[in-house]
Amino acid sequence: MSNSSSMFKSSLGKKLVMGITGLFLISFLMVHCFLNSLIFINDGGETFNLGAEFMAKNWLIRAMEIVLFGGLLWHIIQAAILTRQNKKARPVAYAASNPSANSKWYSRSMGLLGTILLIFLIIHLRHFWVVSRFTDEITSGRETLFNEMKEVFSQLWVVVLYCLAMVSLGYHLLHGFKSAFQTLGWNHVKYNAIIEKTGMIISIVLPVLFAAMPIAIYMGLIK
Amino acid sequence: MSGNMNLTLKVWRQKNKNAEGKLVNYQVKDISPDMSFLEMIDVLNEQLIVKGDEPIAFDHDCREGICGMCSLYINGRPHGPKDRITTCQLHMRSFEDGQTITIEPWRAASFPIVKDLVVDRSAFDRIIASGGYVSVNTGNAQDANSLPIGKEDADLSFAAAACIGCGACVAACKNASAMLFVSAKVSQLALLPQGQPERYLRVHNMVAKMDEEGFGNCTNTGACEAECPKGISLSNIARMNRDYFVAGIASDN
Repeated sequence: MSNSSSMFKSSLGKKLVMGITGLFLISFLMVHCFLNSLIFINDGGETFNLGAEFMAKNWLIRAMEIVLFGGLLWHIIQAAILTRQNKKARPVAYAASNPSANSKWYSRSMGLLGTILLIFLIIHLRHFWVVSRFTDEITSGRETLFNEMKEVFSQLWVVVLYCLAMVSLGYHLLHGFKSAFQTLGWNHVKYNAIIEKTGMIISIVLPVLFAAMPIAIYMGLIK
Repeated sequence: MSGNMNLTLKVWRQKNKNAEGKLVNYQVKDISPDMSFLEMIDVLNEQLIVKGDEPIAFDHDCREGICGMCSLYINGRPHGPKDRITTCQLHMRSFEDGQTITIEPWRAASFPIVKDLVVDRSAFDRIIASGGYVSVNTGNAQDANSLPIGKEDADLSFAAAACIGCGACVAACKNASAMLFVSAKVSQLALLPQGQPERYLRVHNMVAKMDEEGFGNCTNTGACEAECPKGISLSNIARMNRDYFVAGIASDN
């Protein structure tokens, strides 16, 4: 009867997976954001390129990259399964509905926000990850990731797309962070306020820093 | 009488479980603002009966907000526009003269429509039967306080036990999830010494039954808590999650 494998097949187990993978992805975002913020030192990308090189050559980071993609895929697939089940649980919609009376719009729109993020992510991976891993431009040392960044962010549509995606990210995290703790069972008067505040800070600081990168480069503030 | 209201009602009419349903318009006149919402439907039904039409079927029993029978999704919200209230406790003064009111049944695959506004909520009963009890031979009534229970735990358990099983949580949830209901029924016993022997078996069985009944998954929007007439807290869902994961990881049954 009750064993760990049947647990992950249950509604609560699937939720647990969403929460844990979500928090793991947030931890990645923090590292990613910290390293990329090195461009703000404005030293022609020197420090940033050092950081990028360290990440590219460290075997632990390479291994974590696989775990990261695994976690991302698991988060997406599980979300798709849950969404399908949830739709099935209410086959007939209400004629009159007033959901804003009892919940926040972004808490009800995690699937939409996540889909926007997925589309962004595909374009984003094509911009940087594919170029840095599968072409010899950067691996051969002929080109740097910093120069690649400057080139990509010289296009206005890219800057606009990245900014829109970061708005989605902000709202996705605003619900996702505290929701993950609730799912893990961490709901306690002592910690609720700090979880809420931390979630708020993360979902503002990360997207703002990320969005500042293409904007600053496009405006020529980063030399 | 002055101050009385004329209203347009859009009511879901459906002959039986398998029939096609639709919203039907009705006019009600001279409704007192002091009537309860259910009394207003009573007035409409009197009219329909006089006209030789089929009266609207709707659930109701105690009409004092404690039995959990009355349901109704009124203008886009379970139990209507006011918080912490059942439909029988909702009065017509919460509406305005000339207003159009849409009245629908709870919508969930697990709550099939029996007729008009009546839904079958026996899925909740089956979840309770799967573990929402304690197996003890009661014998004679014990002396009061022979089993010490901390004040905080007693209060939390009582707050969870306030759930009347009306199903507003399922109706409000965009996923038609029953987590708030199940977590209240798990928590009220998990917080008391009498609930401990079966604590982990109970949560495992009740969650399994909930999934089997086809309720949706929780996305922590909090709509259930906001619409619950008894103010059941989301912290009960967190407690159920904790117990369930402990049951999955550490329990040997």
